[in-house]
Amino acid sequence: MEDIKIGVFICHCGTNIGGVLDIASITEYVKTLPNVIYAADNIYTCSEVGLSEIRNKIKEFNLNRVIVASCTPRTHESLFRNTCQEAGLNPYLFEMVNIRDQDSWVHMKEPEKGTEKAKDLIRMGLSKAILLRPLEKIKVDINPSALIIGGGISGIHAALNLANQGFQTTIIEKESELGGNLKLLNKLYPIQVDASKLLEIIYMVESHRNINVITSSIPVKVEGFIGNFETTIKKNKQISKIKTGIIIIATGAKALIPEGLFGYNGKTVISQLDLEQLLKENNVNAQNIVMIQCVGARNDVRPYCSKICCMTALKNAMLIKEINPNANITILFRDIQTQGTTYEDYYRKAREKAILFVKYSPEKPPLVKNSVVEVYNELRNLIINIPYDLVVLSTPLIAHEDSTKLAKMLKIPQQDNKFFLEAHVKLRPVDFATDGIFVCGSAHWPADVRESITQAYAAASRASRFLSKDYLEVEGATAEVDTEICIKCKICIKICPFSAISKNQEGEILVNKILCKACGVCGASCPVGAITIHHFTDEQIISEILSCGVGY
Amino acid sequence: MLKNGDGLMEKTGAVLIIGGGIAGIQASLDLAERGVNVELVEKNACIGGRMAQLDKTFPTNDCSICILAPKLAECSHNSKITLHTLSEVKELSGNVGNFKVKVLKKARYVKEDRCINCGVCVEKCPMRVNDEFDMNLRKRKAIYIDYVQGVPAIMTIDKENCLFFTKGTCKICESVCEREAIDFDQKDKEIELFVGSIIIAAGYDMFDVSLIPRLGYGRINNVVTGLEFERLICASGPLGGHLVRPSDKKEPKKLAFINCVGSRDIKNNPYCSSCCCMYTTKEAMIAHEHDNGLKSTIFYIDLRAPGKDFQKYIKRGIRDYNLNYVKAKVAKIIEDKEKNPIVIYEDINTFKIKQEIFDIVILANTIVPKRDAGELAKVLGVELDHYNFFKGETYHPQITSKKGIFLCGACREPMDIPTSVIDASSAAARAAEIIIER
Repeated sequence: MEDIKIGVFICHCGTNIGGVLDIASITEYVKTLPNVIYAADNIYTCSEVGLSEIRNKIKEFNLNRVIVASCTPRTHESLFRNTCQEAGLNPYLFEMVNIRDQDSWVHMKEPEKGTEKAKDLIRMGLSKAILLRPLEKIKVDINPSALIIGGGISGIHAALNLANQGFQTTIIEKESELGGNLKLLNKLYPIQVDASKLLEIIYMVESHRNINVITSSIPVKVEGFIGNFETTIKKNKQISKIKTGIIIIATGAKALIPEGLFGYNGKTVISQLDLEQLLKENNVNAQNIVMIQCVGARNDVRPYCSKICCMTALKNAMLIKEINPNANITILFRDIQTQGTTYEDYYRKAREKAILFVKYSPEKPPLVKNSVVEVYNELRNLIINIPYDLVVLSTPLIAHEDSTKLAKMLKIPQQDNKFFLEAHVKLRPVDFATDGIFVCGSAHWPADVRESITQAYAAASRASRFLSKDYLEVEGATAEVDTEICIKCKICIKICPFSAISKNQEGEILVNKILCKACGVCGASCPVGAITIHHFTDEQIISEILSCGVGY
Repeated sequence: MLKNGDGLMEKTGAVLIIGGGIAGIQASLDLAERGVNVELVEKNACIGGRMAQLDKTFPTNDCSICILAPKLAECSHNSKITLHTLSEVKELSGNVGNFKVKVLKKARYVKEDRCINCGVCVEKCPMRVNDEFDMNLRKRKAIYIDYVQGVPAIMTIDKENCLFFTKGTCKICESVCEREAIDFDQKDKEIELFVGSIIIAAGYDMFDVSLIPRLGYGRINNVVTGLEFERLICASGPLGGHLVRPSDKKEPKKLAFINCVGSRDIKNNPYCSSCCCMYTTKEAMIAHEHDNGLKSTIFYIDLRAPGKDFQKYIKRGIRDYNLNYVKAKVAKIIEDKEKNPIVIYEDINTFKIKQEIFDIVILANTIVPKRDAGELAKVLGVELDHYNFFKGETYHPQITSKKGIFLCGACREPMDIPTSVIDASSAAARAAEIIIER
């Protein structure tokens, strides 16, 4: 057996850990453990100073295992692995021990016990580290082409950017032509430009030599993985297949039709979307107009704010005022969402045009009667009756019904209201945890034109990081089936959340190492123990458990 | 190696990114991973920007520096990214595809290749000066690093305050530095960069709250700004994460957060600062995590929380963190004998003028344009909007008035971190399109 030389780096994480646990006593304890050649503490191991110390000590002491006791592998494992690799150590010989989230944070009020727990956790990590084996990352070829699902304003802009960067791009669109929701709109805020003007770009998309548009078509099956997706497309009754390196979801959302809400009848009580059509036809004859915000939104069913409805109402109110300056328009709102510079200016302009704003509370919602809207005015503490000949309901954007089908097809998550759930809301807002799939526009969250275009470019940027490479390296820690032991019960195939396991022509059960995320579900379910999860082997885990609490 | 698409040629061009906050960092990383060379120019001694100053971030309450630090490290490791800190763009010539940029690189007086950030010089330096990174809430030395995770991880001598530069004596740092990294003879120098495209990610400044005297800032000890409070509750801040109030070091039990300070206010800034409703909620939540008996009141005009899962976050605040939202415009803040700030406001629900005593009042002052935005805009030849934010196209807000120059982040409009990150990737895609010749 090789001579195991372990270096342990204990992080204060500022005061996150150092303010609670007794790091000095932990460090002294760790030095007494077998195979530990070097142990030291840092204020921030993740700082450049901490990282170069790891690199230097690997070389100085010929370390062949490195343990960092700090925060969570979720954010920092790859950083430390890369650091080890830079110093010539196989990155899988690194082990991370979480003494922050699972220790100093939860035992803030009992620092002595927390300190003892940290010693236990590090000792456990150490006994696992001794059994770690070097693993190699897997190289995957990248097909430098993109599939964009959805040909609305997001999809076409994502396509244009990728195509301009030289990548072959295919857009598939459910409808018979490109354009999405913009085709239904009259003018756009904040400069009252015709929505059709922003769709003039479609001719550039359709004539681009790197773009292929397939309309009236939907994806029915997606196979493969980053760099090598194969999507089955159904156009009318014809089935075809397309191979691409990445996929961008730009399927958008749709406005809620307010059936059964506030007396919606499509005539005197209509939706903002209905109003867009009337404005397009120059067919708004009403003199007294009441708009109601948050119809079907910010309630128990849809707790979210749809972001775009306040601006939409302001826009349509101002357009009506332009046509008929004497029209009386009242907007009943909860909170006006006009963030930033341009939109807040727009709100001010609307008020200057004598559009009336009345705040209502969800506990006392407006009542649409025969010829008046009755509303409790919070600001004046009285019930008022506003006469109307047209009521316009502002409804939220909601996810398409078929978005769940698409989510299942691509094995990507959705949040409560069926919008697609990104990898990290702040730092990876248009990525998915599954590599090679991206999202932009209202499929992600209600977004207006400006935001959809911005996100489209963002998704294209994220995608081009992969498309520009010749190959990719994927995780080396994966599951493996021992075909000698395997009884071919196929439980693992059914249970794998990433569809990474299949049966080959000889009937053998195999793991696709590129799809496998080493989640371990198959290993835990295998009735005969035929599956090894590399880097989390039974031997490693059991050794870790056995050293818990027993000390040395 | 970049791969050529359908007969396309890759240009050798690089992209200049001005500003090393989260927007500039994200744009740099996207481009570098795309295979494009990046020249990242940052005025301060370290990259990281405002996000590095924050304790946690909404709507997940992730520790800010913990999710930023890996990106900082990536910026310093990625061979495609060249960092120019203490640097400012001074001159621009040429056109899209072929810009020539003159950059003034200020002397650090510390050799970048020698310093290992051991901190001995800091310990021995006799000068104590206000620490801008900590909103002047504590002192640092005249040789310093902005913050412990700072990148590049090297010291800087602050010439304005260094005894050698001001009095001609001292040089203690030089004598204690075993690495011989101190170099008092370093000179500012001008370097030339050749790039195909430029991204402005210059960030923002904060509104000077003393311009609204009725809110008592500067006069009342226990009235602080949002960013100051951020440092006060931060584990690496001046209080080591143990929140006490400035006047008497007492643990606070009642906090007031006041939104729209200097924003949505035609006398000051008419626009909305975009992120304050959410960040006051966050700060109140963290304060409650420090002390479960603590109660916060958040004063607002409109509660603006349209982002992904933001409404859920507000609900969580009310349910789990004892937050009380009051729709009101605060008239003024006065102080009682015990130095407790008293907030005087009109409660919209009862239509009464009310007053309430708090332990600390936090003013959510607005994001304002960078004070030197005009200068930079002039150097680059791009337009500003009527507020002095960098002006972008209506539906393509990353596109400036000059071809090949793009925008991202709060230098173009107040925005939160998720929006800045999307904006940065978006600007990166546009810059890449320029670099990759058709």
